[in-house]
Amino acid sequence: MMNRKKKIIVIGGGLAGLALAMKFCERNGEVTVVSYQSLKRSHSVCAQGGINAAIDAKNEGDTPEKHFYDTIKGGDFLAHQPLVRDMCYQAPAIIHLMDRMGVAFNRTGEGHLDFRRFGGTLYNRTAFAGATTGQQLVYALDEQVRRHVHDGSAKTLEWHEYLGAVLDSEGICRGAVIHDLRTDEIYTLQADAVVLATGGPGQVYARSTNSVVNTGAAATTAYLQGAKYANGEFIQIHPTAIPGQDKLRLMSESARGEGGRIWVPRVANDSRDPKKIPESERYYFLEEKYPLFKNLVPRDVASREIYDIVYNKNLGVSGDPMVYLDLTHKSRKFLDNRLGGIMDIYTKFTGVDPRETPMKIFPAVHYSMGGLWTDYGPDSDGLIDHGSPRNQMTSIQGLFAAGEADYQYHGANRLGANSLLSCIYTGLMMARGIMNYTDSLEKSVEDIPSTVFDDTRSHWQSKFDGIKKMNGSENPHKLHHELGDIMLANVLIVRDNKSLEKAWHSIGDIEARFKDVKCLDTHDWANPSPSFINQLYCMIHLSKIITKGALMRDEFRGSHYKPDFDMNQPRDFDPHEYIDYLEQKQYGEVNMAKFPAGHLDYMKQFEKNNEKWLKTTVAQYKDNQPEITYEEVNTSLVTPRPRKYD
Amino acid sequence: MTNITLKIKRQDKPGSSSYWQTFKVPHRPFANIISCLMEIQKSPTTGSGETVSPVIWDSNCLEEVCGSCTMLINGKVRQACTALVDNLESPITLEPMSKFPVVRDLQVDRERMFKNLKKVKAWIDIDGSHDIGEGPIMQDQDRAKRYVMSECMTCGCCLEACPQFTIDNSFLGASTFNQVRLFNLHPTGEMKKEERLDAVMGEGGITDCGNAQVCVEVCPKNIPLTESIADIGRQTTWQAIKNLFTK
Repeated sequence: MMNRKKKIIVIGGGLAGLALAMKFCERNGEVTVVSYQSLKRSHSVCAQGGINAAIDAKNEGDTPEKHFYDTIKGGDFLAHQPLVRDMCYQAPAIIHLMDRMGVAFNRTGEGHLDFRRFGGTLYNRTAFAGATTGQQLVYALDEQVRRHVHDGSAKTLEWHEYLGAVLDSEGICRGAVIHDLRTDEIYTLQADAVVLATGGPGQVYARSTNSVVNTGAAATTAYLQGAKYANGEFIQIHPTAIPGQDKLRLMSESARGEGGRIWVPRVANDSRDPKKIPESERYYFLEEKYPLFKNLVPRDVASREIYDIVYNKNLGVSGDPMVYLDLTHKSRKFLDNRLGGIMDIYTKFTGVDPRETPMKIFPAVHYSMGGLWTDYGPDSDGLIDHGSPRNQMTSIQGLFAAGEADYQYHGANRLGANSLLSCIYTGLMMARGIMNYTDSLEKSVEDIPSTVFDDTRSHWQSKFDGIKKMNGSENPHKLHHELGDIMLANVLIVRDNKSLEKAWHSIGDIEARFKDVKCLDTHDWANPSPSFINQLYCMIHLSKIITKGALMRDEFRGSHYKPDFDMNQPRDFDPHEYIDYLEQKQYGEVNMAKFPAGHLDYMKQFEKNNEKWLKTTVAQYKDNQPEITYEEVNTSLVTPRPRKYD
Repeated sequence: MTNITLKIKRQDKPGSSSYWQTFKVPHRPFANIISCLMEIQKSPTTGSGETVSPVIWDSNCLEEVCGSCTMLINGKVRQACTALVDNLESPITLEPMSKFPVVRDLQVDRERMFKNLKKVKAWIDIDGSHDIGEGPIMQDQDRAKRYVMSECMTCGCCLEACPQFTIDNSFLGASTFNQVRLFNLHPTGEMKKEERLDAVMGEGGITDCGNAQVCVEVCPKNIPLTESIADIGRQTTWQAIKNLFTK
């Protein structure tokens, strides 16, 4: 149909956006990468510990199928199974590709890729480059994209912000509204497809492990334009971060993967130097409660246990909300080689050397399993048809999402070292489908009347003109922190409906006060104030999606923990009993005597709960509020069952 | 609570004249320069009580891996995120880097660094991203050597400190030479070694290095930049001899 190269706009220069840009250029497409800042500086650089692939380098019998099962179980069965399975099967090729691009992955004695342990699995499945794996992967992809820029097939628009999609009269996305952050100019770009690879929304909580740019504004704008937003309430709280004022800095799960141990003194308020406390007086609470996975239980489990130790058992170090993460039994050389990046971060920000003194850490908001609802095209083998134009498309035709901005790979809780994988996987996987999508278009972007673009541009221009005239009494940065405080106090590790309702009303107050915001800076050059106010508006709406989703979901699944709805799995329960039970039920003869006391009741309750809640939460923007509905999850490959890690 | 005094050099746009403003922010334990700048955003009032537009700066990761927040703090170039207030003499002065054009306030344009990465082809020329099997076998100690170099976050500290690198000359600088060494050390990257060496042999290239050795002192990632410069010096010498006979 078209006599020109296919052209797409990729918003975001992190792993997902760069991977897609590279692949699309290789397929002879034309890509414009739009980034809020210089490429190379995206939040993907903050990922530390590694990237998963079942290469089985240590002859443990690991397979992609086991990786798939661990990921599905880790996500409490809420993820769409064919997608996760496809990702896990692609993972080894992805690692080899990144290695060929020059990523300095740690090696074995024979010079092959080395792997280490991570949470939620018993296998050495995580390839790593010291403790700055994300940075190294971003650089490798950035270099490949720079090569395509050099060759003329890719363009970059750095210091430009995505404001919204250009939708034609049929609601098909035909381009993007772009804001030049230096000149303040607002204009539109035409394209065959637009991809949001804009990362997560950690800034909704104001203080998290996320970078400054992670406001979730681009994804929220898509929601405000009619796209579905899915599983918003599933926010990952990482168990180990350094408390701080501007940011809660991550201490990678790889610290525990390499042997780090979590403990507190057995007696409350023990103020002794931790190294003077003998083994017998230390409480290694994860190791005691989870003898199989020990310190490497999945993140949702570890964060809940740390919360319980600090707030219910009052055993936080010196009475403060902190526990020890201890690596002092490892040699300096070992730590510098395998964890140097995080050793430096801890030393620089606390003034204490973690090679000598146990680190003090506490959980922090880290990742959003939820994001823009995206589609996929399954094939007949329980994998994905990589040519399907449905892959990664949002509910707005022609608008796609990838990486943390989408929702479907991690269910209710993400396993460590799977995020880098899902970002690169989605970016690479979707390229062919987008090509096919552009082929299937009846009308090309050139056939769309220019008024569509002009009208969208003037809508955003007048919106920003309006923001610049805001001259109320509220400081937008203070309001942002107040919003973050509401979310941190009420929508975190332990959730209850009373607090969630309180949060819902408090967000309403913030929304009302937003109208009285002052635009602090009215310059027309390199002025971030109007953009920030627009982002704050988006964060208010996103906090409503998260809070309402959490309020309505009356169950305990993965990172969404509501103690009032905890079914209290019996201590001696074995998940295989549930499979037996389902089989017996299928043949109409459940043998009550076969199950230990209380187990059958628990399993019936579990089954009933799944019927109601094993569903994707879908939020849609209606009358200024998120309207919540639920969709079926594809569980066609593995039977959902109770999780257990001890 | 005591206050911290910050003297900040400001500039409204490229080419306009700069001016100083003083701000006071509350002192908090473990506060860094970024959290002070965030306080100013929340209450953009100078020490003399004048309400002004908030100070503009670049930052992103706030844990010294993204390279954004480079500035001069008490005259010394470094990342603002790891600059803890308790370790700094008061009043604290903040200035933009002087070797790059100022965009606004503490924000500068470091595009030149990224252009230089293109000049020296700082990438591996892979055949394509399709699945063609494993990467090259490599000794871990060679990998470790490359890893240290690959931590360069294009922050520009080394160039700000370098007496040879000025705002208007064409000197490539330590970070670029380090990238040439990084890619020449890779078994696949080595195949394009000569192209990279040719790129650093002209004007602004390796021979313009004045050997001041300050780059390595200010590198926040402790990259052995002077070793990289010496190594690229040796590689280009051999290349020059080779060129005499082959070109």
